[in-house]
Amino acid sequence: MSAPAIELKNLEKSFGLARIIQGVNLQIAKGERHAVIGPNGAGKSTLFNLITGRFAPTSGGVFLHGEDVTGLKPFEINRRGLSRSFQITNIFPNMTVFENIRCGLLWTMGYRYSFWHMIGRQQDVTEKAEEILAQINLSSRRNELAGTLAYAEQRALEIGITIAGGADIILLDEPCAGMSHSETDLIVDLIRKVTEDKTLLIVEHDMGVIFDLADQISVLVYGEVIESDTPDVVRASAKVKEAYLGASLEA
Amino acid sequence: MTIASKTPLTAGSTRLISLSNAMPWAFAALFLLCLPFVFQSNSALTIMNQMAITIVFALSYNMLLGQGGMLSFGHAVYMGLGGFFAMHVMNMVEDGLWLPLPFLPIVGGLFGMVFAFLIGSFSTRRAGTVFAMISLGVGELIAACSVIIVVFFGGEEGISGDRTMGPPVFGYEFLTQQEVYYLTVVWLLLAALLMYLFSRTPIGRIANAVRDNEERAEFLGYSQRNVRWISFCASGFFAGVAGSLFAINFEILTEENLNLATSGSILLITFIGGAGFFVGPIIGAIVFTLLQTVLGLHTELWALYLGILFVSCVMFFPSGFAGLIAMHRRPLALGKMKLLIKPYLKVAIPAITSVLSLAAVLEILFHKRHGYGGDHEMHLYGIAFDSGGYQAVAFATIIAAISLILVSRVLPEIREAWDNANHAEDRA
Ligand SMILES: Nc1ncnc2c1ncn2[C@@H]1O[C@H](COP(=O)(O)OP(=O)(O)O)[C@@H](O)[C@H]1O
Ligand SMILES: [Mg+2]
Repeated sequence: MSAPAIELKNLEKSFGLARIIQGVNLQIAKGERHAVIGPNGAGKSTLFNLITGRFAPTSGGVFLHGEDVTGLKPFEINRRGLSRSFQITNIFPNMTVFENIRCGLLWTMGYRYSFWHMIGRQQDVTEKAEEILAQINLSSRRNELAGTLAYAEQRALEIGITIAGGADIILLDEPCAGMSHSETDLIVDLIRKVTEDKTLLIVEHDMGVIFDLADQISVLVYGEVIESDTPDVVRASAKVKEAYLGASLEA
Repeated sequence: MTIASKTPLTAGSTRLISLSNAMPWAFAALFLLCLPFVFQSNSALTIMNQMAITIVFALSYNMLLGQGGMLSFGHAVYMGLGGFFAMHVMNMVEDGLWLPLPFLPIVGGLFGMVFAFLIGSFSTRRAGTVFAMISLGVGELIAACSVIIVVFFGGEEGISGDRTMGPPVFGYEFLTQQEVYYLTVVWLLLAALLMYLFSRTPIGRIANAVRDNEERAEFLGYSQRNVRWISFCASGFFAGVAGSLFAINFEILTEENLNLATSGSILLITFIGGAGFFVGPIIGAIVFTLLQTVLGLHTELWALYLGILFVSCVMFFPSGFAGLIAMHRRPLALGKMKLLIKPYLKVAIPAITSVLSLAAVLEILFHKRHGYGGDHEMHLYGIAFDSGGYQAVAFATIIAAISLILVSRVLPEIREAWDNANHAEDRA
């Protein structure tokens, strides 16, 4: 069996005295769609930040395809085929929608730090960017500044930038937060489409979305994974119900 | 604008820039080549050369400020060092080194780039305040060195050279100001075009991305530090080119070429022109050079006026002159510019009067203080009068007050016309 796409070993993170992630062990197989659920403040976003190099862990390790990536910078981890979206929209507000997507393409399409290509004449980049724009339904907004888009459109753009580079591990942090039902349906379809044959790690509060998308669910409470199994098992788990309810009552 | 259109005409074209993009360049080149036929005096040519050098310097500065989001307080370092090295190489040419003068800016540019590479290695790690503070520190440090390391910087007198000692190029030895003008202008066009093209490369676009949101760029595979570092080196190169052009034109470089005052001016120039636009620094450099040279001939207070212009720019039109012009793109596209012409004309006369009379107040007060030996006869706008009493000041103040009141009367009308001109549907 090949190494898991993502493996977390005894991962811990403290901010000052607050232990936010307290020894997380997790294996996510290649091609798996894995959801992380848990009450607000459980540490889900922090977990993402540890995996993607935004924060360095206090102790423990992060492995991608068996390779130790603990302590690497975000761009180094991204170059190993991992891309993420953010819970709080994180785009390039003063650039056009098209350019936002193009920025997500440049590194993996091999343009890197090139100063000898005229970007406007690289048909491969332009076509790929248009294709992604069509996928996320933003072709009509192509030349608008990203900062002027409506909230739902910015969320779609956030996902577009994330998947543009063609990473094989995708992390999405609450992609449907703050969206209406119809918008959520569109986004879920989009996620399903663009993450085909990829490893997906997703944080989401909408249980409909979770049970719709996920093969495996991990429940994070107070920085600990209390259950990690298939949706059916997790749904039935008394431990989860108790912890989840308990935590949300306290909160 | 940034994407090649897919019409059959241009699809698969191998042109570096499209025809519509090339037009302004061709026009600028033609204009610059013809200018010496209009302005023939040596002093006019000198002013134009100075303008060209300032434009190259300002464009290189904007690679940092506008394109890369790096606020530098020490950019004169790279222009100055490039210039000093160019001057030393010019002196080596005098001693027998073979280098035609038109290639000297490449040498100066490379030295500027080497220093940008070294200093950028630690200054570009972070943007924001850290970058700004390091640039200030390095600027102060190099300026201090220039007084200490006399062998290289020539101490207080600076170093000088003779541009005419190199091998002639097509028979030209760069003895006349006009020959130097053409050399400078060719370099201006070349440098500006290269900087423009740089902004259209992958690294140029990612520099914008890092400016906008450095963290997000890191999650797309880019090291924000490397992106800034590369922009910084490119900017250092063109600053060095500007320094070499300065060396060629003035044949002398002093501490003034790399001190903090010069670094401050270039920030000011770029900001007034509009850092958000490629043409911004060009406009800024032209306005600045005109204020400095032409206005400088007539009044000692030109720097004060420049300061006032800068402050009003920050307060009232923070996107600079280029931003003011760009604001009119929408009314123009809607075909509604005509709505604006009348109110603009209406405000023009009181506005100009108020500026002139406010300047008169300052000039008269200045003259009163500094009138030599009780000589209070003063000439202003072609009028001779006595600046000694209070009548002159009072008169200018009253005119200023009246014209300002008139301006404020027209403002609501302008605002309304502006709203109308920016709305697609007719509200008349
Ligand atoms: N940079 C930080 N510094 C200090 N505390 C933080 C930081 N980031 C997150 N936290 C804390 O960690 C806890 C978990 O936050 P987060 O991971 O965002 O939760 P979730 O995404 O599960 O809602 C919260 O109590 C939050 O205040
Ligand atoms: Mg969160």
